[in-house]
Amino acid sequence: MKTKKLINSGADAVDEMLQGVLAAHPRHLYAVEDMPRAIVARNGPRKGKVGLVIGGGSGHEPTFLGFVGKGLADAAAIGNVFASPPPDPIIACAMAVDGGAGVLFMYGNYAGDVMNFDMAAEMLALDEIEVRTVLTTDDVASAPPDQRDRRRGVAGNVFIFKAAGAACDLLYSFDDVERAARHANARTYTMGVALSPCSLPQTLRPNFLIGEGEMEIGMGIHGEPGVAREPLRPADAVTDELMDSILREMNADRGDRVAVLVNSLGSTPMMELYIMMRRVKSRLDDAGLILHTSLVGNYCTSLEMAGASITVMHLDDELQRLIDHPCDCAMFAR
Amino acid sequence: MTFTTEDLQRLFAGIAEDIAAERDHLCELDGAIGDGDHGLAMDAGCQAAAKAVGELDAGIAPTTAFNVAAKAFLNAVGASSGPLYATAFMRAGAAAKGKQTLSDDDFLSVFAAMAQGIQERGKAEPGEKTMVDAWKPAADAALDARRSGKPLPQCFEAAERAARTGCEATSNMTATKGRASRLGDRVIGHIDPGAASAVIIISAMAKFAQHHDGWAVNS
Repeated sequence: MKTKKLINSGADAVDEMLQGVLAAHPRHLYAVEDMPRAIVARNGPRKGKVGLVIGGGSGHEPTFLGFVGKGLADAAAIGNVFASPPPDPIIACAMAVDGGAGVLFMYGNYAGDVMNFDMAAEMLALDEIEVRTVLTTDDVASAPPDQRDRRRGVAGNVFIFKAAGAACDLLYSFDDVERAARHANARTYTMGVALSPCSLPQTLRPNFLIGEGEMEIGMGIHGEPGVAREPLRPADAVTDELMDSILREMNADRGDRVAVLVNSLGSTPMMELYIMMRRVKSRLDDAGLILHTSLVGNYCTSLEMAGASITVMHLDDELQRLIDHPCDCAMFAR
Repeated sequence: MTFTTEDLQRLFAGIAEDIAAERDHLCELDGAIGDGDHGLAMDAGCQAAAKAVGELDAGIAPTTAFNVAAKAFLNAVGASSGPLYATAFMRAGAAAKGKQTLSDDDFLSVFAAMAQGIQERGKAEPGEKTMVDAWKPAADAALDARRSGKPLPQCFEAAERAARTGCEATSNMTATKGRASRLGDRVIGHIDPGAASAVIIISAMAKFAQHHDGWAVNS
């Protein structure tokens, strides 16, 4: 059976979405001329500031383009649904945000994104634009702790990009921006659970099968199989399972501060997210951790997948300052 | 037998047609161990390459046709297959450089260069459950057949056989590259979608070599 979607055609979905985004947010965003997949912040890039370019496949909105704006990312390169952008829009983003202080690429650790962004960086080097790259690897379920650099980047992107964007906005040096970005990534942990699949606009068919009473712990944001398929349990038990993995690895001391994101994968409603948030808070209290700030809602989605992820960033003084730094994006402000 | 850009236009059109026919099947294979979009990416890339090459003046050098195909494929797709096939076509272009038409040996060099390009861009070795498991044995088999004096159609028959065998063997492998690499033993029993699409492309090239031969003899 085909899934129902409000689209005109699968092939046009991404470009028509971008036209709608630009129509809605003209004060925040514009597309590079003749490069509609290169979305740039109106007020972000400036001389002497490290430029921050993020990007990846579509279908995760508001990731990535919703986090383009002053104090956060300067530009986002947009790919097809769940597919890395090619080098051209990435290069256009880098050129648009280069303020002479270097350009940082940040994106989730996926083979396709790495190849396309690396090709873009090689071509930019010929134009003498210095590019460095920090990959996000916050998905705890995707590889063991001793192989952290093989992990995927998922909803933790929001905090990691936020910290790096603040460092850029505060005019940190290129070295310091890179260090802060790596530091933010190293202290961010995400675990997710999927309840039902999504379908791509071009196929209108579910991209995986899952039984009526089942959930999949650790499923990726493109529907990549996770670590365990189990019978669906009550929200508190599921939240505990996710928090257990995160807290075990985070290894925080009592009194440490954290930032938390309870994120919908697309169709899971706010009601369920807040039920999970309630349990997250009681688990943090039990562990003696201080909830410094929280986000609850759709931040890194997987089209209409049902399910949620929990991200915890283990703050220190620097990360707290960067997370609290103001930002003004089309779909996110602090 | 020689190949001109006009022949390459037919080759790219044939590849696009065969990939389009298997689009949904490739998505299903990818859905089992990845994110289910491989058929879409390959379809978009091959269509874009065929269209861009098809629009060229037939008198243009083959090296340009390959480079045009590379750029079109890459910008239509991104993803993983974009850089991998763009690199394959760029290497094909380099192998065809300075020639107005391609001999049988040139065409085999182009084929081997494509396999080499994919392997280098993906930094993959055979046995890692990727498209290299189809491309590398196919290129080796074609060159071996040529060294033992076989005509081009038979070289490509050998390539196609080796690609199919290589692709089937990915079913028993665990993955160390790409999204499937996070799944450990759960990928065993599924063939790699990238190897499956490689077989389609290599078969299309084999079909082309055969028909081209027949056409050349008859005319």
